[in-house]
Amino acid sequence: MRHLLSAADLDVRDAVRILDTAGQMAATQAREIKKLPTLRGRTVVNLFFEDSTRTRISFETAAKRLSADVINFSAKGSSVSKGESLKDTALTLQAMGADAVVIRHQSSGAPHTLAHAGWTNGAVVNAGDGTHQHPTQALLDAYTLRRHLVGDGGRSDVSGQDLAGLRVAIVGDVLHSRVARSNVQLLHTLGAHVTLVAPPTLVPVGVEAWPARVSYHLDEVIADDKPDAVMMLRVQRERMSSAGGGFFPSPLEYTRGFGLDARRLDALPDHAIVLHPGPMNRGLEISADAADSPRAVIVEQVANGVAVRMAVLYLLLAGESPAPTTTKVDA
Amino acid sequence: MTTRYLLTDVAPLGGTPVDVLLADGVIAATGPDARAQAGDDATVIDGAGLVLLPGLVDLHTHLREPGREDAETVRTGTRAAAAGGFTAVHAMANTTPTQDTAGVVEQVWRLGRDAGWVDVRPVGAVTVGLEGERLAELGAMAQSEAAVRVFSDDGKCVHDPVLMRRALEYVKAFDGVVAQHAQEPRLTEGAQMHEGVVSAELGLTGWPAVAEEAVIARDVLLAEHVGSRLHVCHLSTAGSVEIIRWAKSRGIDVTAEVTPHHLVLTDDLARGYDPLFKVNPPLRTAADVEAVRAGLADGTIDIVATDHAPHTREDKDCEWAAAAFGMTGLETALSVVQETMVDTGRMTWADVARVLSSAPARIGRVDDHGRPVAVGEPANLVLVDPAARRVVDPREQATKSVNSPFRGRELPGRVVATFLRGRATVLDGVPCDDDAAVSR
Repeated sequence: MRHLLSAADLDVRDAVRILDTAGQMAATQAREIKKLPTLRGRTVVNLFFEDSTRTRISFETAAKRLSADVINFSAKGSSVSKGESLKDTALTLQAMGADAVVIRHQSSGAPHTLAHAGWTNGAVVNAGDGTHQHPTQALLDAYTLRRHLVGDGGRSDVSGQDLAGLRVAIVGDVLHSRVARSNVQLLHTLGAHVTLVAPPTLVPVGVEAWPARVSYHLDEVIADDKPDAVMMLRVQRERMSSAGGGFFPSPLEYTRGFGLDARRLDALPDHAIVLHPGPMNRGLEISADAADSPRAVIVEQVANGVAVRMAVLYLLLAGESPAPTTTKVDA
Repeated sequence: MTTRYLLTDVAPLGGTPVDVLLADGVIAATGPDARAQAGDDATVIDGAGLVLLPGLVDLHTHLREPGREDAETVRTGTRAAAAGGFTAVHAMANTTPTQDTAGVVEQVWRLGRDAGWVDVRPVGAVTVGLEGERLAELGAMAQSEAAVRVFSDDGKCVHDPVLMRRALEYVKAFDGVVAQHAQEPRLTEGAQMHEGVVSAELGLTGWPAVAEEAVIARDVLLAEHVGSRLHVCHLSTAGSVEIIRWAKSRGIDVTAEVTPHHLVLTDDLARGYDPLFKVNPPLRTAADVEAVRAGLADGTIDIVATDHAPHTREDKDCEWAAAAFGMTGLETALSVVQETMVDTGRMTWADVARVLSSAPARIGRVDDHGRPVAVGEPANLVLVDPAARRVVDPREQATKSVNSPFRGRELPGRVVATFLRGRATVLDGVPCDDDAAVSR
């Protein structure tokens, strides 16, 4: 693994290996001394062109727990806001010797361009690009699902296992969601069955090629599919006032059709869990009842995010151990 | 006195090989007469195996001057045109300042005349500043020295139906034509690529086919209602082909163009997020490519036009969303048409002469171009070697910009020579830099 740009880059072996490694990382996080020396002397740059305090802190924590040096580069107040291009920013970071670049960008494909344009030698980790991908989010979701729903529910060792046969409903703004795109691909790779639930305006044209079912009715999906997990997506209120009068008529109508409220929570199978990538709009896509219920694993997702990102950085930067240090002179 | 050229054993429109003599700016003789009249001073070009076509006419070229001379100038763009086999190009109006007054179109026309590579026919903007709010002085541009006949806001759509109606009506007074960039603006806000399976996966905002088709449907009905002629720029979807076919069957006076890139490239190319493949209208699906090829073969689509859109490196060396729309095409157009239409058996070289020369010349009302290869006709000609193959290297092209989507791709055919009124602008595949600027 040279970069992590898309969940589609991972086959089932890669994905399970990351989840297993994350499990080992999580185990170390229960210790009093949480810091590992693994990436000492390596530099990880968090290159954030879009505000996301949560994701940045998660990556920063992961890198620091592995003893890497961390540089946070945020577009606001930096030369980027003065018109510096992605290319020049990348060349600057390259000159400073970044071993890994964690990039969050508002343009779909920017991490791909960063990884392939020859601007940097470092490993590129996509921390969310436009409406395209957010692979570490999908990995932490898969990790959370595996912990709760595979084996006996968190007590036994689930390493080596995938998510075969699990039924997952992903509910909300699929059209604009990089979380949905990443999860559909990764969950499919891991053997789960995905149903996307959204009003038709929030489902992309071309979704028929995705390895997922599409439904416009959350109640039907809960009743008929009996999902093992429901993943609620954040719905931005500004989607209501965009081109063409918005994607749905009102927050109330959205909540009535697609919000996870107490009634729908009760209708879920007993073992089902509730996920949300955060930040939540309480009262819009998820009610307080659901968000604060014992089935909600939303806070745990955050903790798992650190372990998964530790695993990704570890596998990218230390996974392939360098050749024995024999001095080799160019022939 | 200009050089006389004796082209031996050339195949006019791919037909039976003959000798052709070019003298005094015209085709002076063909067959046995050509050699007899050539005399000793004629330059002989061995044309065995070569196809002789009327010089190509592009109805859709962005020369970028005035305003973006860092991407292309009239001189570099027309030199590239000659290298691609063209003898006339229509310079699109989206310059800075906009070609929306007689003064600016005359400036571009003069720059073209002074450069001497091809005849430059400026396109006039339909609306002031391409803003889509009020008509530009179309009559003044028509009556200027540039004699504008094609009007277009290309790059933007004349989306206001009333304004479009007025433009269609107004240009009838001077036999003009409105060339529409068909793009419903509300349906394409923020659009980055064709809306479909690939855009859904890549998370790039979609440019739906219906945004093109809806405007074309409206415009053919408007043209019918007011009895005007309409030209549709860079048609790109199967549905658009169907609408044009229907309109023509109704007798509506509409013509349509397709670009070389829409004849061969598809939206799959966006998967690498390389902005080289970012263009407007966007690359469509394989089914659309097949539909535009079929439409070109059966005459529904009248012409191939390049939409040559040079851009500086910095406008393409960035992430997809930040990059400019457009790709170069003057020096690859003929090869792409050969590969997709001739080598596949769907068109003859006579058809190529129609879609790349005589039909665009007729639509643009360009006299002396796109004429038959016959004695007495102006010697605006191109000599093509269809057996040649070449790998496209944008850095070796004459255009100032390197944004060719065919970079590294092997294409058939090579322009051996281009003649503008009997004067060689290209010989042995190389632009004749010494002669171009001095003689007209």
